[in-house]
Amino acid sequence: MVPVSYYIVLSAVLFGLGVVAFIFKRNIITMFMAIELMLNAVNLAFVAFSRMLGQLQGQVYVFFVIVVAAAEAAVGLAIIILIARNRESLNVERVDLLKL
Amino acid sequence: MTVELALFIVLAAMAVSGAVSLILQRHPIHSALSLIVVMAALAGLYLLLGAEFIAAVQIIVYAGAIMVLFVFVIMLLNAGVEERTSFSRMARYVGLPLAVVFLLQLVWWAAKVPAQAAQTTQALTSTRSLALMLFREFLLPFELTSILILIAILGAVVLAKKEPV
Repeated sequence: MVPVSYYIVLSAVLFGLGVVAFIFKRNIITMFMAIELMLNAVNLAFVAFSRMLGQLQGQVYVFFVIVVAAAEAAVGLAIIILIARNRESLNVERVDLLKL
Repeated sequence: MTVELALFIVLAAMAVSGAVSLILQRHPIHSALSLIVVMAALAGLYLLLGAEFIAAVQIIVYAGAIMVLFVFVIMLLNAGVEERTSFSRMARYVGLPLAVVFLLQLVWWAAKVPAQAAQTTQALTSTRSLALMLFREFLLPFELTSILILIAILGAVVLAKKEPV
């Protein structure tokens, strides 16, 4: 049996790597993927705790997180397409003005 | 070392190396493929934890639908290699130490979780009880998520629509 704390540490490491990716990447699509990575790390913690406590609520929350991630991906990618069309660049440092 | 621990180590190494590769790759399509590796590894970990339904959803929805959307957009926009700019040195000199401190703190807290061995309960693992819970206790949130998805679809269509100009 693998101790639950191993899963929690792995989840923390993945979340931290997601934060690092979000801070360091300049490409807006990659930053968006970093957010997905963080959501995945949280899901792993939910499932691990659900296993530890012997309750299913954690898995239901994971289900909802996945639904929200799907909705977020749809809207976020539409916004990215708009930005790319207007700025002709995917670099976030070129998106520093509200006005075009 | 049990088979389960070995599997955990292999899958965890896969997930972490995928995440590191997401950071190191300069081309978004390579980052997307690394993220798919992370998600596949996480699906394996869910199986180890006895959550078969979540593992299946992880593969079908995350690695399938969402990542295909990402790859599709990357190809649609013809995204090239990330260009290097030196606009913000703040990210390098403040962001990196902050990120490292945050990571260490997270691991510190996580390691304090009691090292209790995961117990197996057959009732817990069944998809049937998950469905019962989802459609009884969580019926209202479940219906609300369908409205959320509808709004997201409308938003995406309105945003991505060509300008009438």
